[in-house]
Amino acid sequence: MTMQQVRAIHVHGLKKSYKRLEVLRGVDFDVARGSIFALLGSNGAGKTTVVKILSTLLKADAGTANVNEFDVAANAANVRKSISLAGQFAAVDEILSGRENLVLVAKLRQLKAPSRIADDLLRQFSLIDAAGRKVSTYSGGMRRRLDIAMSLVGNSPIIFLDEPTTGLDPEARIEVWRAVKELAEQGTTVLLTTQNLAEAEQLADRIAILHKGRIIVNGTLAELKQLLPSAKVEYVEKQPTLEDVFFAIVGADDKGKPAPTNEEKP
Amino acid sequence: MTANFFGDTAVLLGRSLRHITRSLDTIITTTLMPIAFLLLFVYVFGGAIDTGSGDSYVTYLLPGILLITIASGIAYTAFRLFTDMQGGIFERLQSMPIARSSVLWAHVLTSLVANLTSVVVVVLVALLIGFRSGAGVLAWLAVAGILILVTLALTWLAIIAGLSAKTVDGASAFSYPLILLPFISSAFVPTHTMPGPVRFFAEHQPVTSIVNAMRDLLTQQKVNADIGIALAWCLGILIVAYALAMATYRRRTA
Repeated sequence: MTMQQVRAIHVHGLKKSYKRLEVLRGVDFDVARGSIFALLGSNGAGKTTVVKILSTLLKADAGTANVNEFDVAANAANVRKSISLAGQFAAVDEILSGRENLVLVAKLRQLKAPSRIADDLLRQFSLIDAAGRKVSTYSGGMRRRLDIAMSLVGNSPIIFLDEPTTGLDPEARIEVWRAVKELAEQGTTVLLTTQNLAEAEQLADRIAILHKGRIIVNGTLAELKQLLPSAKVEYVEKQPTLEDVFFAIVGADDKGKPAPTNEEKP
Repeated sequence: MTANFFGDTAVLLGRSLRHITRSLDTIITTTLMPIAFLLLFVYVFGGAIDTGSGDSYVTYLLPGILLITIASGIAYTAFRLFTDMQGGIFERLQSMPIARSSVLWAHVLTSLVANLTSVVVVVLVALLIGFRSGAGVLAWLAVAGILILVTLALTWLAIIAGLSAKTVDGASAFSYPLILLPFISSAFVPTHTMPGPVRFFAEHQPVTSIVNAMRDLLTQQKVNADIGIALAWCLGILIVAYALAMATYRRRTA
């Protein structure tokens, strides 16, 4: 029974095919409440399909999926009350301003004081200076920040982030990572899909590798590392990575902070 | 249908009306072609056309021009819906705790507002170049009712196109035949001058009865069977298009 209570997401035997193409061939995993769970896989592994089924956008062919104890097929309305979606395919309205996007979501969630909620999030995601501008003028990083901010409106207990950092520059990626960590600290359950190994390593409490429609490994980072032969000591010259070089040049102080680039100016 | 259907639809309607007020060019381009046809037919071809009615040619022409206005306007409805689907905002909305059908209805109501605005603009231009009608309030209301019904019917066709299109061009291309349909009808010339098969087609396609009904109302003629046929066409297209749009919508989320 304790397992039941701490489980935010439960997936068992999930199958989905598009015409002849079997995308999911029996997927099983559980996500503990308040944890960050990374679904790792290459393009076409079926990560987005899993997220779409869990967020009630697609129907599974077989298997069960529960989100916040609600069955996604039988109780979709309650699932939608429990979740928020951001990332690859959950986008922002290009023609509205950043503030209007946030107010729109707040109004649809029937929250009181939508503009105050919008202002708080704009400040939290360093978008306050660009708040009144059309989103079509935003940079990729700003857009993704707004996207994540929109998914925070209403404090859903469970958040799906589908490849939240794909296509972002290193600085914007670190900002997104920081936001995700803050979410988990506040007790939000995060299901993250990514093809970036470093991202899973940085953020996730548990990592599952989805490959050809099945979960082939599922465990903590330490558990996953044990799957390989034990570490042996080798002496290797430590070369700076390109990322180290990038941050050394653009200013290491900016690391993790919203960069005061010209994109931020109104 | 949940209790917050109307609230959600209102919020989303506000959103897409902002899209329109921020791209007024869509209203302008929607009215540009019908106005060009209006001027072309009144000032170039009109002098040579004998409609056999006592009214000015612009009055004869206007109902057909209004249908062309609506047919070109709904292409933008398909375009806006397609953009929502492509961009992902559609999926974000569908994953939220809202009445799901309000997403489509907001597009339908936006289409109604945008098209009726275009229709008003075209009517004003027609008034400038000599359109006059002695029709009473009831007749005008009946004309407005027919135009609303036509807009709704064609809008649900546009919803099918917007939901199922693979490209932007595909989303709006379906409206081209609709724009051309009034040319093979009683909209520009009386059908009795057309050769047999063309005349048969013209007299049995929806545009002719819809145009005739509106023309009779505007010129204070006795309304005949045309209005019944017109309403039957509009309702028939509306019901079939709505059912197909809903089926397409369900397939997209299966």
